[in-house]
Amino acid sequence: MSLVELRNVSKIYRLGEEEIRALDDVSLDIDEGEFISIIGPSGSGKSTLMHILGCLDSPTRGTIKLDGVMIHDASARQLATMRNRKIGFVFQFFNLLPKLSVVQNVELPMIYSGVSGRERRERAMASLEAVGMANRAKHRPSQLSGGQQQRAAIARALVNGPKIVFADEPTGNLDSHTGEAILSLFRKLSTEGRTIVLVTHDPEIAAVTPRRIEIRDGKIAEKVDLTLAGLDRPHVVRSPEDKLAS
Amino acid sequence: MNLFTTIFVGLKEVWAHKFRSLLTMLGIILGVASLVGMAAIIKGMENGMRETMVAMGGADKVLLEQQEVPSEQEHLADQARGRTMTDVFALRESAPLIRLISPEMEVRNVTLTRGDKMVSPSECVGVWPAVLDMNLHTLQYGRFFTSLDEENANAVCVIGTAIRDELFGSPERVGREIVPLGELIFINSQPFTIVGMFEHYEGEQEKKQREQARKQPQVQAAGPSRARGWGRGNWAFTRKNLTVYMPLNTAWLRFRAAAGQDGVPDPRLSDIDLKVASLEELETGLQQARNVLMSTRRGIEDFNFRTQENQLDTINQQIRNARMSGGIIAAISLLVGGIGIMNIMLASINERIREIGICKAVGATGLAVFTQVLVESVVIALVGALMGVGVSFGFVKVLGQIAPTANSPVITPIAMMVAVAFSAAVGIIAGLFPAVKAAKLDPIQALRYE
Repeated sequence: MSLVELRNVSKIYRLGEEEIRALDDVSLDIDEGEFISIIGPSGSGKSTLMHILGCLDSPTRGTIKLDGVMIHDASARQLATMRNRKIGFVFQFFNLLPKLSVVQNVELPMIYSGVSGRERRERAMASLEAVGMANRAKHRPSQLSGGQQQRAAIARALVNGPKIVFADEPTGNLDSHTGEAILSLFRKLSTEGRTIVLVTHDPEIAAVTPRRIEIRDGKIAEKVDLTLAGLDRPHVVRSPEDKLAS
Repeated sequence: MNLFTTIFVGLKEVWAHKFRSLLTMLGIILGVASLVGMAAIIKGMENGMRETMVAMGGADKVLLEQQEVPSEQEHLADQARGRTMTDVFALRESAPLIRLISPEMEVRNVTLTRGDKMVSPSECVGVWPAVLDMNLHTLQYGRFFTSLDEENANAVCVIGTAIRDELFGSPERVGREIVPLGELIFINSQPFTIVGMFEHYEGEQEKKQREQARKQPQVQAAGPSRARGWGRGNWAFTRKNLTVYMPLNTAWLRFRAAAGQDGVPDPRLSDIDLKVASLEELETGLQQARNVLMSTRRGIEDFNFRTQENQLDTINQQIRNARMSGGIIAAISLLVGGIGIMNIMLASINERIREIGICKAVGATGLAVFTQVLVESVVIALVGALMGVGVSFGFVKVLGQIAPTANSPVITPIAMMVAVAFSAAVGIIAGLFPAVKAAKLDPIQALRYE
């Protein structure tokens, strides 16, 4: 059983008379431990796909199963719990709360899952240790460089032991050198067995992941980078359309 | 997310915007201070009124009032003689439920003189000894009038302390208590001997102030001393201290001779006061008195009873009205404070849309966001309320300086509790709308918000 099962998912927005299909009948499986990238130009629907995968949004049509739980018809409260326990987000603009220190930012998800004070601090510090930020725990986000902020954000995404981590253009606001360091951090996390979904418009960044999914006009056009896939593990074509095509 | 953390985060948020929070709280602070201050003023008024009531003779005193002859008896008006001793004797003989009867014959336009000092008393009245019980007087020095004084119409008088203060000197000014028993004073040029003096009547507040003043060293003021006038203190006590009593017959024979008919001085009494055996029998007792009086007055109903119960009702009514209007005004100012809170909470969540989005993305439920905003609003209201309680102490002190001593405001704990509870309610109501708005934010749009 896959970690994520997306079946015939559509997301339709209405702008007056016009109907915009942000996602059009998308089916997708993601296995546990996979490191994949979703790539596409802006407006292609990749953000919408990530929001639906990340339980921030619900699809207009279709079903979605995350870790064995059907979530396409879940309540807002259930979605919040899913985001809290099973999903970690890393954003382009880091999205740390400016008034809290780094360690308090990392504690935030645990506050909502009701972890007690001492354990919260310990786990937050452990998580910061894992991304090499333990020595900056007491700093404010504004006192950190972009790369450091992104590391803190990654620590926050990991702190509740999520099943899957979504990174939305995680290097988009960083210089290439720092971006490279963040990407190698993701690669390291992937080798540790984390499931990571990288959302980007940049093929070069997407190249680091063994599996790449390209979105165009709300539909999946899956491509396999043979060289990388060969180095990592063999990739199986899962999209039903692709099965038909081959 | 437990409540303690929520409150802590709320306090932190308030502290992060100190000035803005203070301005927002100002509405609540002023509202609470005005509510507590208003309640204190009303409590002071109530105390003053009750003291006055006791000073004037207590709740069971009934005044027999003269009134116009009713229109159907208009033709008998010339036979109505007013209140006389006939009424008093008849009541004493035939109305057993009337415990106490006190006839009074007032001498008007009186000036008391002694040497080069003079004073106008509040009342100079010829009385029976029953007046002591009737008007709740306490004779501290000397004696009251005997039947011999009454029989002989002796030129003796009993005075209040304020008369002594004016003619002989007050303890505050002289430094010792002068007891002028046996001294001669002139009442409208007629010599009278002082045989007794009442105790000094004063309200709780005045007593406190006087004792405080005694502890402090006296400052010798230059120039002539001025009379303090009627502006300060409870007028009822001032009035009571300015009393001069003489035997009824003395007043009648020595001061009413000029107004008489057929060689008999004017027999009309200026007042008849009654006390009934018990308040439960007030109605029956008064009916008895009415029957007796109807016979002595030959059926002319030119009198009326005024009970202090009416007075008590009036006082309670006045207190209720004052409390009502004061409460409403203070409540409105608290509501205005609440609107201020709602305004600032709306601005605050608008400013924090992105933060709320982040919190939702990492797993905050709508309820958690709702609680956070609501708690923040309540925290502002409650902190404001507590500061308001603090401010109200100073406020009441200032009011105490301005208000006459008799009605000196008294802070009541109940008013504070009501004010704090009301502020909490205002905080909750003001926070509801912003909290719902924040809880309903769509996480995606909130995250994209710039």
